[in-house]
Amino acid sequence: MLKMLGEYLILLVEIFKRPDKGPVFRSRLLTEFVGLGTDSIGIVVIISIFTGAIVAIQTAYNIDSPLIPLTMVGFTTRQMMILEFSPTIISLILAGKVGSRIASEIGTMRVTEQIDALRVMGVNPANYLILPKITASMLFNPVLIIFSMVIGIWGGWMACIVTGVVTSTDFIMGLRGWFEPFTVTYAIIKTVVFAFIISSVSGYLGYSIKGGSVEVGAASTKAVVYSSILIIFFDLILTQLLLI
Amino acid sequence: MIEVKNISKTFGDNQVLKNVSTIFEKGQTNLIIGQSGSGKTVLMKSCIGLIDPDEGEIIFDQRPFSRLAEKQKKDIRKDMGVLFQGGALFDSFNVEQNVMFPLNMFTTMSLEEKLDRVNFVLKRVNLENVNKLYPSEISGGMMKRVAIARAISNNPQYLFCDEPNSGLDPKTAEVIDALISEITEEYNMTTVINTHDMNSVLQIGQRINFLYKGQLWWQGDMHTILEEENPELQEFVFSTELTRRIKK
Repeated sequence: MLKMLGEYLILLVEIFKRPDKGPVFRSRLLTEFVGLGTDSIGIVVIISIFTGAIVAIQTAYNIDSPLIPLTMVGFTTRQMMILEFSPTIISLILAGKVGSRIASEIGTMRVTEQIDALRVMGVNPANYLILPKITASMLFNPVLIIFSMVIGIWGGWMACIVTGVVTSTDFIMGLRGWFEPFTVTYAIIKTVVFAFIISSVSGYLGYSIKGGSVEVGAASTKAVVYSSILIIFFDLILTQLLLI
Repeated sequence: MIEVKNISKTFGDNQVLKNVSTIFEKGQTNLIIGQSGSGKTVLMKSCIGLIDPDEGEIIFDQRPFSRLAEKQKKDIRKDMGVLFQGGALFDSFNVEQNVMFPLNMFTTMSLEEKLDRVNFVLKRVNLENVNKLYPSEISGGMMKRVAIARAISNNPQYLFCDEPNSGLDPKTAEVIDALISEITEEYNMTTVINTHDMNSVLQIGQRINFLYKGQLWWQGDMHTILEEENPELQEFVFSTELTRRIKK
């Protein structure tokens, strides 16, 4: 485990060197925005709508006491989406989608000698391949997460209207009440950290492959597992540091 | 010219290269031959800087490559072209982008100049109208030719080819060998070819280095290799049924 951590840190030093050519880096960054960012919008929309809807219905279902106002449904949906569901659950989903993609893409390049080809051409492969992925993830994931918050809350509102468990007025009143803007800042900080974890850990696991196609599959699985565990672990640490 | 001086390399308990010294001459096709596990891939990877030898040094025209820091090695790397066994073309790039890659990274050419150069080298390797195809859409022989085009696109002084004929039919293999030989002469490059294909040895082996169990066992050329009495070399040269029958 310590050896792995050491290799990961050494790789990070290589990754964060100055890119060989600025225009090439910018072109690769744009490609990664599409591959890792915009291609994920579909799954983010679907997961967010249903998560928001489920949170709203479950909250309404659990309010038994007449002393608790039904406006709490809107409030709870907003808080749950902003604080936890959008940044953490969507990041876990992205760890599966984006993490496995990064590990398998870089891993395949390793086993087919494409990384060796870059190196003998005098290109820093870690910097060329992984830095645009980390940068794209750290810049685009917050956009995805804010999008997820909005869509999720809209999903909750729609669920309330369609099922009739809470009126639209009650939901919106709850949604607008007791809003603390720092919760959004907290969610964005978490997302940026999670994006770094997903892209750098998956990049490392793909880059350090030795062997063939079986190892590519194994690295892809490890990328999802390790990223997910680290996301949950850092979720706890960041929550402790930023909210308490 | 590339000088290999007393190179040794050990992995765990296995000494793969034992004090190997040789010279790869400019303007000639220098072959490294030997059975699988003889150390030829490790020798080539040491030459191109993918493996650091435990002892000895590699000198590219008076430039001590193996002793330089990674940053300083970069200048020599720009003069290298490498043809990997599987081609190592970038999957996400089409043929044109693959060949243009070294030009994008190391030159300040305009897009028009780069396209001209790409088309020139693709024509040189007898490939036309394939610019927009992806590696998955072309044959093994075409892949090798695109890889050669990429390797020579930036006018390298040194060309390294690792098993250029692996996975190719004999006819295509002959075409690739002839192409490498022609390019070497035309651009006066120092070409190093790692192979165990006896057709290649007899077709383009201007200088041959035979490795046996990590040691440089024999040196010669395509004209002398068949007459050599060395038993280990004979075992390698006449290892197939076809060559044994021809010998009889």
